[in-house]
Amino acid sequence: MRYHPHTPEDVRAMLDAVGAKSLDDLFRSIPQPLRLARPLDVPPALDEISLFAEFRRLAGRNDVAHPPFAGAGCYPHHVPPVVDQLLLRGELFTAYTPYQPEISQGTLQALFEWQTFVCLLTGMDVSNASMYDGATATAEAALMATRLTGRRKIVVSAALHPEYRKVLATYLRSTHDEVATVPFGADGRTDLAALEEAADGETACVIAGWPNFLGVVEPLPEIAAVARKAGALTVAATAEAVALGALQAPGALGADVAVGTFQSFGNPMSFGGPSPGFFATRESNVRQMPGRICGATLDKHGRRGFVLTLSTREQHIRREKATSNICTNSGLTALAATIHLALLGKKGLARLARLNLERAALLREAMARAGCAPVFSGPTFNEAVYDVGDAEAVVTRLAKRGIVAGAPLARWYPDLPRAKGALLCVATELHSPELIELFAKSVRG
Amino acid sequence: MANPTGWKPSMEKDAKGGGAALEPTGAGLATRGLAHEEPLLFERGSTGRSGVSLPAPAGGADPAAAIPAALRRDAVEGLPEISELEAIRHFTRLSSWNHGIDTGFYPLGSCTMKYNPKSSEALARLAGFANLHPLAPAEMAQGALELMWRLERALSEIAGFDATTLSPAAGAHGELCGLMVIRAYHVARGNPRKKVLIPDTAHGTNPASSALNGYEVVQLASGPDGRLHPEAVAAAMDEDVAAIMLTNPNTLGIFESHIQEIARIVHAKGGLVYGDGANMNALLGVARPGDMGFDVIQYNLHKTFATPHGGGGPGSGPVAVKAALAPFLPLPAVVKDGETYRLVSDPKERPQSVGRLREFWGNFAMFVRAWALIREYGPEGLAQTGRLAVLNANYVRALLRGTYHLPYETDSLHEVVFDDAQQKETGVTTMDVAKRLIDHGFHPPTIYFPLVVHGAIMIEPTETESKETLERFADAMRAIAEEAKADPEAVKAAPTRPIRARLDETRAARKPVLRWRPGMKVE
Amino acid sequence: MDFPEDLRYTREHEWARKKGSSFVVGITDFAQSQLGDVVYVELPDVGDPVKKGESFGVVESTKAVSELFAPLSGKVVEVNDPLSDAPETVNEDPYEEGWMIVIAPSDPKELESLMDAKAYRAFVEEQE
Repeated sequence: MRYHPHTPEDVRAMLDAVGAKSLDDLFRSIPQPLRLARPLDVPPALDEISLFAEFRRLAGRNDVAHPPFAGAGCYPHHVPPVVDQLLLRGELFTAYTPYQPEISQGTLQALFEWQTFVCLLTGMDVSNASMYDGATATAEAALMATRLTGRRKIVVSAALHPEYRKVLATYLRSTHDEVATVPFGADGRTDLAALEEAADGETACVIAGWPNFLGVVEPLPEIAAVARKAGALTVAATAEAVALGALQAPGALGADVAVGTFQSFGNPMSFGGPSPGFFATRESNVRQMPGRICGATLDKHGRRGFVLTLSTREQHIRREKATSNICTNSGLTALAATIHLALLGKKGLARLARLNLERAALLREAMARAGCAPVFSGPTFNEAVYDVGDAEAVVTRLAKRGIVAGAPLARWYPDLPRAKGALLCVATELHSPELIELFAKSVRG
Repeated sequence: MANPTGWKPSMEKDAKGGGAALEPTGAGLATRGLAHEEPLLFERGSTGRSGVSLPAPAGGADPAAAIPAALRRDAVEGLPEISELEAIRHFTRLSSWNHGIDTGFYPLGSCTMKYNPKSSEALARLAGFANLHPLAPAEMAQGALELMWRLERALSEIAGFDATTLSPAAGAHGELCGLMVIRAYHVARGNPRKKVLIPDTAHGTNPASSALNGYEVVQLASGPDGRLHPEAVAAAMDEDVAAIMLTNPNTLGIFESHIQEIARIVHAKGGLVYGDGANMNALLGVARPGDMGFDVIQYNLHKTFATPHGGGGPGSGPVAVKAALAPFLPLPAVVKDGETYRLVSDPKERPQSVGRLREFWGNFAMFVRAWALIREYGPEGLAQTGRLAVLNANYVRALLRGTYHLPYETDSLHEVVFDDAQQKETGVTTMDVAKRLIDHGFHPPTIYFPLVVHGAIMIEPTETESKETLERFADAMRAIAEEAKADPEAVKAAPTRPIRARLDETRAARKPVLRWRPGMKVE
Repeated sequence: MDFPEDLRYTREHEWARKKGSSFVVGITDFAQSQLGDVVYVELPDVGDPVKKGESFGVVESTKAVSELFAPLSGKVVEVNDPLSDAPETVNEDPYEEGWMIVIAPSDPKELESLMDAKAYRAFVEEQE
């Protein structure tokens, strides 16, 4: 076994030093009846060549011939090879949480840069070192809002990602906090009149997508104004972070908390995980923020360096009174996003966002030619819902041609008018004009 | 005579004459390397640079014309402007300031810092896995679903349970999940109950996860042998207790040998036994929590199955349960109908499920790596992993006993906890020993945890370290103990070799600077 | 270690000093030395009620967090706001500039159950 360096002579010598007769002898503190008397029932060992053959077989049973037209919280984007090349540097890749700052300055400075990227893109003052994903970050934002306001009601837009809403419900079940859902209109935007009615003196926060699950750009300033009037926080959730290259920062539009994922930067889809969840807010909320935070300081010779800080909020010190139970987060995926954002920079991100808008416009035109109109009239970024007649049938038909056609909305919104035909589709820089044309024609049948 | 280099014989003479003596090499073979200072990304570059190659936009009509101008921006101010090579140098230099497993020994107790196989990385990057969308129809994702199905079954078998969910994103998320399942189980019986019992040796995530589930935490004192005793459990146990949370072996590296009796006491009052699987490495192929009375356990794939620690995740925290709890597991689940696999994500199929814990199906890329390691090991390799992990910890214990104080004489499994009592009169503390280890080229152990040991030094070598590495580490620990007596100030001045000396954590917390801003100053 | 004679002390290491009809409250020299560098102090607002033996705030160092327990019941009439910008004052001058709140007591007789300097010194020595 190549990962076990012990020769039989090593084992013998070490057992002698320990004073044990055999390896089994080392386990004498485990009562005999509790020990496993048989080999584990797992498949036999594989050498590296056979291992690769088996995994190629499995990978080959996944059809990834074309970039998917499904987004819905996980987006196909180009990842420059530089990202992986740097990510795989063992010093970064095989380190853990930077408990010893003097030999973790690489991880720590990169985290500080991640926090800065999150703040720049969201328009917030402070960010943590990452969360599990966009859904759990949203749930943590709701919990923070209840701590900050002392209120127990969470108002969510029905156009917030349905999985984020489900996770929120799971997290809030034991705290008995109430969730009120506000509908969206025919334009795919949150119904402001209904929001005004729902957001009251008991409301801790209002949560909306930026853009929302339907791909639509919400009237965020108006949503934030309603929340502020009720004394509640506004939480903006972003699953497609490339949009932040073309849309105004949520913090500049009145949001108090920005959450979501930066999966779109530097991270492959990987069947939906892992992804770098983010969490950012205003400076005044920092002591109620969950998760790890990196801060700048000086070493004893006065040189700038970085450490984990404000850790008294966290579980390892405050235990049951911590702001969250989160410990390990999504460090490596956050690093991938940081590297990709460094490469993109100001010009690259603007160009990437523009490309996404252009490809989405191409898709809109191609779909129109194919007779598939948008279901919602509100403005969109790179994702939109189209009426394709029978969305599930289209998905099944295109699967045979190696294309993931989109996300049929009826799975989450069965009561929507025209739900049967509603298909949520994305177009990014990976979808060439030719592929978009081919796709629209195939949808038609 | 032309001399374009400007070299003169006197230069070498000067160089020889002025040289200081070379510092001795650390026991971990550390020397002072050539390291570069490197500013923040935002402090370098020049206007107009970019490090990506993207198609030129088509131009023409504004594709975002429909978005109100007030909701748009043309560019994000403050983003860096650097070339590809500048980015490469930046992160390469940052990496050289880090200690990883690939650099050297990393005996961080309770974190199981074992070697991360490179083939697992290559396999997770196969296009069929990396480029798969989570909403791909099941017929396009049979390979991914088969892998998840097989991994679920293997994890159930390895820990001795009936069903496993892969959904939780990390160990603490697994704890949250396990407690939600326990709560749902009790609710289905008419009463969620109020309390969770947790020994004083537990990880901080245990009480935090309990609190998130609305449970009051009752702390139990462990006995003089470092174990939890049945009497302590019996005294605290009543019908308001939903569960007890135990780590076995515990954070002292000691097997909770009363586990069966404890489980009997808890079960007799209708409570459940939760296992924190952080220390599962000690038991691989040797014993199974499911055979000891545990009802639920969470794995940490980044610990036991060597998915990368990544500077702080992503982890993956599958939860295994006994059959009675299986209906409450979160969604989705993978099922096999005949020869095809599919995901169950509709609560109608699993009405008692606690629901969704995160978006999509779990940290799939970590499942690929973990399954690769399980396949490479097979049954014998897994068992040997548990045995050698325990052998390595006991070897370190034998090498260091006498030099450092062992607060518990009880047998160690995969990790051993020392403290700084023997160094007390020198004034050198656990923190100083840890920092001096850095100068020798080793990552320090976990320190000041578990909380029950004053000045704890918690060492977990893992099975992938060689006998010679452990001996060099012990040499370093002994050298530091000697140095503490002869020259305590030298130990307290450590570390001297890394790019930064001890950092001022008080300054960081009193005047937080948590992001770059133009003109940023740290004073 | 300093144990001023004019103060009364709690077993949780707070002190109280009479000032007119009110009491000034802070943490002791021993408490600050045990905590290490104080980085953050969270105090109640003026007007908040406090109850003897119950938490009225939190004091944090980089690696530890401690609740503050009221030595007396009553109402908060003054709060040492400058501590939020200069928490190090608690380390530097725990009995004067590092005071935390002033309580208008609802039952001044509660003071009698607190330790005097001599008793507190003995209590601390026992702890060490």
